[in-house]
Amino acid sequence: MTERISNRRPETGAFFRRDLNSHPPAYAPIYKTSVLRSPRRALLSLDGTLSEITGPVFGHNILGELDNDLIHNFAKPGESAIGPRIIVYGKVLDERGKGVPGALLEFWQANAGGRYRHKKEGYIAPLDPNFGGCGRTITDEDGAYSLRTIQPGPYPWPNGPNDWRPAHIHFSIFGHGFAQRLITQMYFEGDPMIWQCPIVRTIPDRAAIERLVAALDMEATIPMDARAYKFDIVLRGRRSSLFENRLEGN
Amino acid sequence: MVQSLDRLKESPSQTAGPYAHIGLTPNFSGISGVYDGDLGAAMVNEKTRGERIAVKIRVIDGSGTPLKDAVVEIWQADADGLHNSPSEMRGTADPNFTGWGRQATDMTTGECLFETVKPGRVPFPDGRLMAPHITIWIVARGINIGLHTRMYFGDEEAANAEDPVLARIEHRVRVPTLIAPRDGDTYTFDIHLQGEREAVFFDI
Ligand SMILES: [Fe+3]
Repeated sequence: MTERISNRRPETGAFFRRDLNSHPPAYAPIYKTSVLRSPRRALLSLDGTLSEITGPVFGHNILGELDNDLIHNFAKPGESAIGPRIIVYGKVLDERGKGVPGALLEFWQANAGGRYRHKKEGYIAPLDPNFGGCGRTITDEDGAYSLRTIQPGPYPWPNGPNDWRPAHIHFSIFGHGFAQRLITQMYFEGDPMIWQCPIVRTIPDRAAIERLVAALDMEATIPMDARAYKFDIVLRGRRSSLFENRLEGN
Repeated sequence: MVQSLDRLKESPSQTAGPYAHIGLTPNFSGISGVYDGDLGAAMVNEKTRGERIAVKIRVIDGSGTPLKDAVVEIWQADADGLHNSPSEMRGTADPNFTGWGRQATDMTTGECLFETVKPGRVPFPDGRLMAPHITIWIVARGINIGLHTRMYFGDEEAANAEDPVLARIEHRVRVPTLIAPRDGDTYTFDIHLQGEREAVFFDI
């Protein structure tokens, strides 16, 4: 788990301040569950200490061959998940525009009918026996990644009397420091359901929402097989440690 | 006009939703056969140095109910105060300790349990030593952006009293929200999301 993936000098600066205006507020009554689960007091601002600017590293040795292929990683031999076949690819970058190598991406999603494989899921759409719904990968030296899956369906959820989630894929991202930890969701270009979703609308800024909408990229499709969507993810940047004050005795 | 700094903006956070277990702890959620095991399930092995402890965490909502669908991640130094991370420049951490754990809260009790070692002390940027602590990150349905907090140890009174982060908490009545009492080898840490005992959460 701790092997280094390159010999580049690790960065040790603190992370850029998080711009909370482009994130959803903790308390967003349009998304009812947030009401009782939102801290109400001001966060304590802290320039990163070693406890937050460090983070675990995951080696490629944890990955199985089908980990980033949701079409096949739960399917019986010779079978595959049902639904529109897609590739999702992109880069994990930081706010300085640098690719983030060695980032662990974990993703999960509903099946093509909008049904999750989960004990607490009650939607009437059927399970697909060949679809589990989870996958993971690690970015390469440039921060690039790709995965193969089926396009998930929209699904209804108990919030307002008739709220539906747009088609989406959940992404969890591990960069280079614990303070960079991020979970977000990817949406699909052209989906009219995006703009009526209360969870999407917890994000206060339309331009910020658009940064979560993956673009259809016909040039990256595999003809007669799968269409492609490009989804870049940006993690917090960090200050270089180059010119920082040296601690006495360090 | 001047040259652009060419900065990008961090991708907005979205809730992990009710099914985060599918992606983060699939074996726990009943999806077996995709990965060998759930990442972060084990932090220690038989060769790990340091004092073995257990940390029992609950995340409690504004009605007093523990969250039964949360995922909790912890990150900490080893027994000597070193992190198992490439950004750790002070030395090499114990190779038998990952420093990172991930657990889903139990679907009935809302508890999760981390088997780990007591961390050593880590310096604050100005060189003063922080008290031993564990860094905690919480996601769940209804949590729009992952919550960062810390757990300090109830039996480290002297170190806690000189900790530079705890010292930053203006309202001193809130300091105990970050300190877990010890009973035998187990520390119990209840993290209240709101109300009188709302934990101190960090913007780091
Ligand atoms: Fe979802």
